[in-house]
Amino acid sequence: MSFSHLRLLVLCLSLLAASCSIAFQSDELLIDDEEFGLEGGVQSKSPDLSLTRSQPSATTTTRKRFSDPDSDSKIQFSLEHAFGDSNFSPAGTFTARLKTWNHGGQTLTKLRFSRNAFTAEEERNFELLLQSDDFYRIRLPSNVLSPPGRDFVISSVKARCLARESLDEHFVIHTDGVNILAVNYGAPGSCPYPRQMKLPAKWSFNSYTILKNSEQAPRAPVFTEDILSGEVGEGEVVQPPERSFWAKYWMYLIPLGLIVMNAITQAMNMPEEQAGGQSAGQTQQPAAALQRGPTSAVRRR
Amino acid sequence: MGMAIKDFLLLLVLFFSFTNPSFSLYEDQVGLTDWHQQYIGKVKQAVFHTQKTGRKRVVVSTEENVIASLDLRRGEIFWRHVFGSDDAIDGIDIALGKYVITLSSEGSVLRAWNLPDGQMVWESFLQGTKPSKSLLSVPTNLKVDKDNAIFVHGKGSLHAVSSIDGVILWKKDFAAKSVEVQQIIHPLGSDVIYAVGSDSSSQFGAYQINVKNGELLKHNAASFPGGFSRELLLISGDMLVALDAATGSSLVTINFQDEEISFQQTDISNLVGDFSGTAVLLPSKLPGMFSMKVDALVIFIRVTDEGNLEVVGKISDPAVVSDALLISEGQQAFALLEHGDGKIHLKVKPVNDWSSDLLKESIVMDRQRGIVHRIFINNYIRTDRSHGFRALIVMEDHSLLLLQQGEIVWSREDGLASIVDATTSELPVEKVGVSVAKVEENLFEWLKGHMLKLKGTLMLASPEDVAAIQGMRLKSSQKSKMTRDHNGFRKLLIVLTRAGKVFALHTGDGRVVWSLLLPLLRNSGPCENPTGLNTYQWRVPHHHAMDENPSFVIVGRCGQSSNAPGTLSFVDSYTGKEIKSLGLTHSVVQVIPLQITDSTDQRLHLVIDADQHAYLYPRTSDAISLLQREFSNIYWYSVDTDNGIIKGHALKSKCIQKDDEYCFSSRDIWSIVFPADSEKIIAAVRRKLNEVVHTQAKVTADQDVMYKHISKNLLFVATVAPKASGEIGTATPEESWLAVYLIDTITGRILHRMTHHGSQGPVRAVFSENWVVYHYFNLRAHRYEMSVIEIYDQSRADNKDVLKLVLGKHNLTSPISSYSRPEVVTKSQYYFFTHSVKAIAVTSTAKGITSKQLLIGTIGDQVLALDKRYLDPRRTVNPSPAEREEGIIPLTDSLPIIPQSYVTHALRVEGLRGIVTIPSKLESTALVFVYGVDLFYTQIAPSKTYDSLTDDFSYALLLITIVALIVAIFVTWVLSEKKELQDKWR
Repeated sequence: MSFSHLRLLVLCLSLLAASCSIAFQSDELLIDDEEFGLEGGVQSKSPDLSLTRSQPSATTTTRKRFSDPDSDSKIQFSLEHAFGDSNFSPAGTFTARLKTWNHGGQTLTKLRFSRNAFTAEEERNFELLLQSDDFYRIRLPSNVLSPPGRDFVISSVKARCLARESLDEHFVIHTDGVNILAVNYGAPGSCPYPRQMKLPAKWSFNSYTILKNSEQAPRAPVFTEDILSGEVGEGEVVQPPERSFWAKYWMYLIPLGLIVMNAITQAMNMPEEQAGGQSAGQTQQPAAALQRGPTSAVRRR
Repeated sequence: MGMAIKDFLLLLVLFFSFTNPSFSLYEDQVGLTDWHQQYIGKVKQAVFHTQKTGRKRVVVSTEENVIASLDLRRGEIFWRHVFGSDDAIDGIDIALGKYVITLSSEGSVLRAWNLPDGQMVWESFLQGTKPSKSLLSVPTNLKVDKDNAIFVHGKGSLHAVSSIDGVILWKKDFAAKSVEVQQIIHPLGSDVIYAVGSDSSSQFGAYQINVKNGELLKHNAASFPGGFSRELLLISGDMLVALDAATGSSLVTINFQDEEISFQQTDISNLVGDFSGTAVLLPSKLPGMFSMKVDALVIFIRVTDEGNLEVVGKISDPAVVSDALLISEGQQAFALLEHGDGKIHLKVKPVNDWSSDLLKESIVMDRQRGIVHRIFINNYIRTDRSHGFRALIVMEDHSLLLLQQGEIVWSREDGLASIVDATTSELPVEKVGVSVAKVEENLFEWLKGHMLKLKGTLMLASPEDVAAIQGMRLKSSQKSKMTRDHNGFRKLLIVLTRAGKVFALHTGDGRVVWSLLLPLLRNSGPCENPTGLNTYQWRVPHHHAMDENPSFVIVGRCGQSSNAPGTLSFVDSYTGKEIKSLGLTHSVVQVIPLQITDSTDQRLHLVIDADQHAYLYPRTSDAISLLQREFSNIYWYSVDTDNGIIKGHALKSKCIQKDDEYCFSSRDIWSIVFPADSEKIIAAVRRKLNEVVHTQAKVTADQDVMYKHISKNLLFVATVAPKASGEIGTATPEESWLAVYLIDTITGRILHRMTHHGSQGPVRAVFSENWVVYHYFNLRAHRYEMSVIEIYDQSRADNKDVLKLVLGKHNLTSPISSYSRPEVVTKSQYYFFTHSVKAIAVTSTAKGITSKQLLIGTIGDQVLALDKRYLDPRRTVNPSPAEREEGIIPLTDSLPIIPQSYVTHALRVEGLRGIVTIPSKLESTALVFVYGVDLFYTQIAPSKTYDSLTDDFSYALLLITIVALIVAIFVTWVLSEKKELQDKWR
C-alpha cells in the first residue's frame, strides 16, 4: 500500500520537476494530480487507466494554477452498496478537492477513492448475488456538500459482470459543480449476455474512477462569404485528378477504336469485294461482331 | 482552366439537381393520395345572426380556440380563425350587425371580425392587473350609425370600447376593490351600467357607472351572513339568484337596484321537497326564471316581482336548456331538450307560459353520440308566416348537429379536432371469387379509363375529357375499398379523441368507417372526468389466430390526476364493437407493450401504476408463463419532470401485499438526479419501438465502415436552466443554457452529455436509428437552431480487418449487452433553422432502406419534409469528391427550406399537434397522418417511388407501343425479304 503510494509520488514528482516551474503550489499537485485513485487490495495498473485518463476535466487543474490555494477544500463523500434488495451500507469513501473559482462556481477535481474490503458476510452476500444473477447496487449522494442532497444517485450492475480474476469495477461520476448528476457503474470491459457464473479468485476490488463534466457545444458555424471562396478554392483543388487520360475517356476511346478498325477492314475488303470474294469478312474478331449488322446491310445493298 | 471550371459547375448543377429530389406535386395530383379535413372542435358558444344574408350563418366559438362562421344549410365552414393554444375565447357576440366581437386571453384581447368574410377589423389589448372573470356585454339595440360601446370586464377592470374602431373609451379599475365582479348589466337604453359581484367573504357589492364616461355614480354594499356561491344568475334587470355558500341548500335572491340591497332566502326543500346531493344552477339566461339541477331533475323556478320563488316545471335529467330567444315584441321563448329511449325530445316553450309548447319534436339519435351537452336556438318565419325554430346542439362526443323540422339537417364530427392518440389497423383481406359480370364491367371501365388516359398523354383530349380524367383519378374506387391492398396503402386510422370516442378513418378518402363512444370514457359513464390516454395494438393476427379480427386497446383513467384508477377498453378494429372493458383497481402511468405475443396473438402489455407496480395484461396463465421467460430482462424508466429525477426500474417479484398474481413489484436500479437549481427537464424522447433499421454498418466514402450504435433503450433528455424555462426573451443568454443527454435506459449510463450555452427551449426532438435531431432557440444568435447527434459504436470498429473475419476472430455475432462498458463516439453538428417548430417526426418505411426525411410541423401549421442528409454531422465546407459521391452536402450554416418540399402543399393543418408516420408494404413509400384541429393524410416517397409505377402510368400506351413495334418488325421483315429477293433476281 504505502510502497505503491510512494511509487506514485515519485512518478509525479519527476513529472513535475520536468514541467512545472511555478514553485509555490507544486506540493499541492504532487499528491493529488492523479484524477482517479486506485486502491483496494491489489493495485495493478490496468491499461484501461491510461485510456480513460484523457477524458477527465484536466482543464480544471491546469487553467487556474494561480488560483488561491485557500479556496480549495477537501471534501469526502461515501459510497454505499447493497446486495440485491438489502439495505445500503458503507462501502468506501471518495475524497475530492473542491475548487472555488473567482466567479463563484465550484468544481470537484482530483477524485480519489478508497474502498473498504468485503467482510466475510458481504462476501457471502455477493456469492449469493452471483448465483442468482442479481443486482449489486451502489449509491452516492447527489450533493457532496450536504449529503445526500435531494436524493441519492443509484446505479446497479449484474454482479456477474464484476467478477473476473478479482472484482473489477468502473465508476463514471457525472458532476455539475458540487452536484452529482449520476454515477455510471459497471465492469471496465464487456459483459456479454449469457452471463457466466464465475467466482472471483481474489475478493478484492480493482476500481477505476472518472469524473466527467459537461462538454460545451461548439458554436454553430457562422459563415456567409466563406462558402463562395471555399468553393472557388476547391475548384482548383479538384482540377488535378490523378486519373490518366485513358482512365477518363476509355468509354469513348473503345468504340472509336472499333469504328476505326471497322473502317480499316472495310477499306481493305473493298477491293476484294469488287472481286466477288466475301470470305474475308468472316475473319473479323468477335469484338467487331456488333458492327456486323450494319456492315452486312451495307453489303447487301 | 476555364473548361475545368465549367466542368465543375456542370457537375455541381448535376449534383444539386440530384440532391434536391423534388417532392412536389403537379397541380392535378392534389387530392389523389392526400385528403384534408377541416374541423372546429367542441362548440362553446353560438351566435345566430338574423339580418339579411347573415340569416344563413351561425358564428361559433369552440374549446379548441376556434371562431368560425358556419353555413346553416349545410354545416360548411365559411371562414374560420384558429387562435393560439394560450388564447382561449371567453365570449363572442355580434356588434353593429356586421362585426363579430371576440374576447379572449382571460379578457385581455378584444377583436372584431367582419361578419361576411372573417377579415379582422380591429384589435384592442386591454390592460389589467389581476386575473378575474371575463365578461363581454354588447348592447343589442345597435343602430348602425350610432357608436355604441362594448363593455368588457377582464383582468379586474371594466372597459368601454368603441365598436367601430376598438378605441378604449374609458376604463374603470376594480382591482383595488375587494369585490370581484361577477356580472355586468346594462339595461336597455339606460345611461347606467351595473357591475355586481361578491368578495371571498359574504360581501355583496353593486356599482352604478355612467355609460358615457365611466364615472362611478353609486356604490352599494351589503353583507349576507354565510355568504353565497360564486355563480350569480341574472333573473331580471335588478334581480340575481345565487346558492348560499354555507350549505348549498337554499337559494338567495338579491335585489340590488333599489336604494339598498336586499336579500331573500328560500330553502330548496321548501320548493321541491327533500333532496339529497347538491343543487346546481344551470347557466341559461331566462327572463324572470331560472333552472336548477337537483337529484337527476331539472327544475324551473319562476321569480315573482316580490322576489318569491315558485316551481313551474320539472323534467328529468339529462336535459339541457337554451337561453331565451326574442321571437316577437314582448314574447320570448326557450328550448329544452330531454332524452328518452334512443330519442331526443325537443320542446320550445314561451318563457311566460310553461304549459304551452311552441314546438315539440322527437328525433332518433345515434347512441354513439352520447347525450346532449349544449343547445342554441334560432327562429325563422315559416312559409305560412308562423314561427319556426331550429336548434344547434352539441353532443357528448363533441359533434355539432342542426335540428329543424324534426330532422337532423346536418352534422359535423367535430370531436376529430381534438385527437389524443392515433394508431393504425389493417383492413380485412379481400375475399377471392368475384362475379363475372363485375369483372366484365370493370374491364370495360378499365379500358375506357385507359383510352382516356392515352388521349390525355397524346394531348388529344378535349377539355371535357381532361375533366373526366381528373374526376376519375380523384374518386378512383380502388383507393376507398374496404379491403387490404397489395401495397399496404389502405389502412384504418384509429384515432382516440378527447371526448372518449374512437373513430376509424379510411386512409383512402378519410371517411369515418365506424365510431364508438367508449362507455368507460364518456362523461356520463361510471367515472368522473375520464381521460383517454393512448391506444395500443392489442392483437395483430399473424401466426396463430388468423381468423380472428385485429383489435386494439384504449388506455384511459378515471379522473385527471395521475393516480386515478385506470381503464382498459378492447375494441375490434373491423367492426368497431367493444369486446370487453376493464375498470382497473390501480392507476396507469405507463404502458409497456412487450415484444411477446401469446398463443392467440394477443400482445402482452405491462401497465405501470403510480407506485411502480407492474400489472400484466392479458390476465391469463399463458401470459404469466411467457413473461417468466423474459422476467429478468424487462426494464423501464420513469421521468419525473417536477423533481428532475429519472429512474430506472426492473421487475423484482410478485406483489407481496396484494393478492393479485398478475401484479409484480419493481425495484429502482438507477437514478439520475438533476440539480434543481441549474437544470429542469423539458423534453425526453426515445426511439419508436417498432422502427426497423436496415443495417448497422455505414460505409463511408473512403471504404471505411462505421457501426451505428443501435439500441432501443436510448433516451434523449434535454434540460434547461430553471430561469430560462419560460418564454423566449424572459432570460438573458448568460443565465440560460440547454443541456442534452443520451442515456442508456437499462443501466442509466450517460453516453453523451453536452451543454449549449445561451440557448433555451422549447425543445422538440426526434430519435431514430442512431441519431437524434433537436430544435431549440439560440439566444445569442437570435435564431432557432437544429442540432443532430449521431452515436457510433467503437467496439465493433475492429471488424474491418478481413483477415480477422476470415479467421472468425470478430465480435459481430456476439450479443450486445448494456452492461458492457460502451465504447461510443458521438458526432454532432448545428444548423440555423428559420421556423419555430410545433412537432417533428421522421418517415418510417417497411424495411428501413429508403433514406429518411424529417417531417417538421412548422409554426404556420404546415409540414415540411427535410432530407436527413442536411442534418448529417459529417458535412464539411469542402467535401472531398469521394464524400460528394457519397451524398454529403457542403456545409452551410442554415438549413434550406425548399418551397416544393412542403408535404401539405397549399393546405394548412390548423392547430397542428402531431405527426404520425406509418410504413406501407411498399418500401419506398410511407404514410403520413397529421392531426390538429384539422386532419391531413398523404403518402410520401422520400427517395421517389423507385419500386413501383405511378398510378397514372398508362398501360394502354405501353401495350399499343409494343403492338406497334411488333407490327413494324413484321412489316419491315416482309419488306426486306421482298427487297432481298428482288436483289437476288437482279
